[in-house]
Amino acid sequence: MAEQLDEMYRDIIMEHYRFPRGHDKILNPDITKEGRNPACGDEIEIRVKMDKDKIETVSVDCAGCAISTASGSMLAEICEGKTIAEVKKIAGIVKALLKGEKFDKSYDIGDIEALQGVNKFPVRVKCALLSWTTLVDAIDAKQTGRQLTASTTEG
Amino acid sequence: MKVIDQNKSHLKSENSLLSVDNIRKDFPILDRMINGHKLVYLDNAATTQKPQTVIDAITSYYAGFNANVHRGLHTLAEEATSAMEKTRDKTAAFIGGVKREEIVFTRNATESINLVVSSWGKKNIKQGDRIVITQMEHHANLVPWIMLAKETGAELEYIPIDQNGYLNLSNINNIITPKTKIVALTHMSNVLGTINPVAEIISLAHKNNALVLIDGAQSVPHMPVDVKTLDADFYVFSAHKMLGPTGVGVLYAREEILNEMEPVIFGGEMINEVRFDFADWAELPMKFEAGTPNIADLVAFAPALDYLNKIGMDKIRQHEIEITTYGLEELRKLDFIKIFGPDNVLDRGGVISFVDDKIHSHDLSQYLDSKGVAVRAGHHCAQPLVKLLGVTSTSRASFYIYNTNDEVDQLVEALKAARRYFVNG
Ligand SMILES: Cc1ncc(COP(=O)(O)O)c(C=O)c1O
Repeated sequence: MAEQLDEMYRDIIMEHYRFPRGHDKILNPDITKEGRNPACGDEIEIRVKMDKDKIETVSVDCAGCAISTASGSMLAEICEGKTIAEVKKIAGIVKALLKGEKFDKSYDIGDIEALQGVNKFPVRVKCALLSWTTLVDAIDAKQTGRQLTASTTEG
Repeated sequence: MKVIDQNKSHLKSENSLLSVDNIRKDFPILDRMINGHKLVYLDNAATTQKPQTVIDAITSYYAGFNANVHRGLHTLAEEATSAMEKTRDKTAAFIGGVKREEIVFTRNATESINLVVSSWGKKNIKQGDRIVITQMEHHANLVPWIMLAKETGAELEYIPIDQNGYLNLSNINNIITPKTKIVALTHMSNVLGTINPVAEIISLAHKNNALVLIDGAQSVPHMPVDVKTLDADFYVFSAHKMLGPTGVGVLYAREEILNEMEPVIFGGEMINEVRFDFADWAELPMKFEAGTPNIADLVAFAPALDYLNKIGMDKIRQHEIEITTYGLEELRKLDFIKIFGPDNVLDRGGVISFVDDKIHSHDLSQYLDSKGVAVRAGHHCAQPLVKLLGVTSTSRASFYIYNTNDEVDQLVEALKAARRYFVNG
């Protein structure tokens, strides 16, 4: 179990957790969205600054656990400069990876691969997904002009 | 503080009040290894473990006298009915010797509260009436009242809590007023451990002609409770938090009140006479127990009550005061741990909620589990309260009759190790 624990809290995850990227709130965001994990009550706020159809920067404000903090940090890191289509593709990969499903291994997801160890701890998958679900909801809502309500990790 | 000092001499040794070593032998699960370590079970506020007698009673029932109750006239049916009804008698005796008719069996404390809200509440609460609860309620004693207030147009008023985790009663006369029809509060908080002055609040409510529901889910398992002396109108609790099986809850209510209440579930077992266009309710408490009950678990609740009676609730309370005193003392030595709830151990039950100033409760409980230590992490079904404490979640260690000071030490050691793992690693 100690090994399984280390498998989840890999060095890369701990490094993102201790020094999270995108931690400073963007001051003039184009999109702001809150997300909530109903299982534990954790809340995050994602802010996105767009540059046409590309994401310029993302900030993830969260007081969550190591897993959700690290996952949010990786999100901020990888999404910078990506198009919306790319971000959605990555979010899909993260979901598949966390749920132990098949995904496109040819796509370079960098540090995110380290999240794989989380899938042995089903209750923690929600922690890792929170920022991704929130970001995708935020982008969708922006595109369709839908009302922004808080995202949850349900479903 | 006197009691604490007196107890100090044997804090480190095995607790003198209970023969915990012998008690532990009755709980087979306590031998389990978790991730290579002996289980340290500190999640008793969520549910307690079960002694062998309770586990055996379930098997004995199915192997020896399984039958439906209150129906057949054959031997098995009589034995099953008599065993289940014996549990009712024992339950009635356990909370201070009330009438057996005043004990209604449900699935859990949550269902008991919902029964009161759906039946008594919908009949008696009108627009402009006031419902009073507290800021420290479990969702079970919060959400049903929110729904009732919404449906009826009644106002929902909260008794606030103070910095130290006590109810703040300074403004109570403006909260419990003649408009108030019901006051519902927990006897002991499942997050803060606070034991509330329920007798005082019941007396004030009665002066205003309001009824009082006490959520005893955390009190009945851990201290002597006499609902008659308290003068509670409704009192609810769950068997699974007091050595009993899951699936058994209790609603105590005064007979006059139960007589005035309408059932909310209809069908078999709960009728007196049925014609094609008419039905007449059975006597108490059957009119609230429609359908085949959870016979096996009801039967197996009796040995749980026997077990607690054999030890004695006073001794159990004393044991928990000792172990909580020790737990608080040891946890206070860790400068990175913040503890919630009253400082005075006599005002709290065996529940210690805490946070590490750097480690999220999820990570912490995951780490503790890797050392075999089971604690609860999260909002403990009391989201508004946890928010008031200024955090999104806490870790919670909660004790029972089989826990030892050694186990507290293991918790403390694991907390220090978690610090090395997450913070200084
Ligand atoms: C204070 C309090 N009230 C009510 C409940 C609900 O108990 P149950 O889930 O058995 O209905 C609990 C249990 O978590 C509790 O701690």
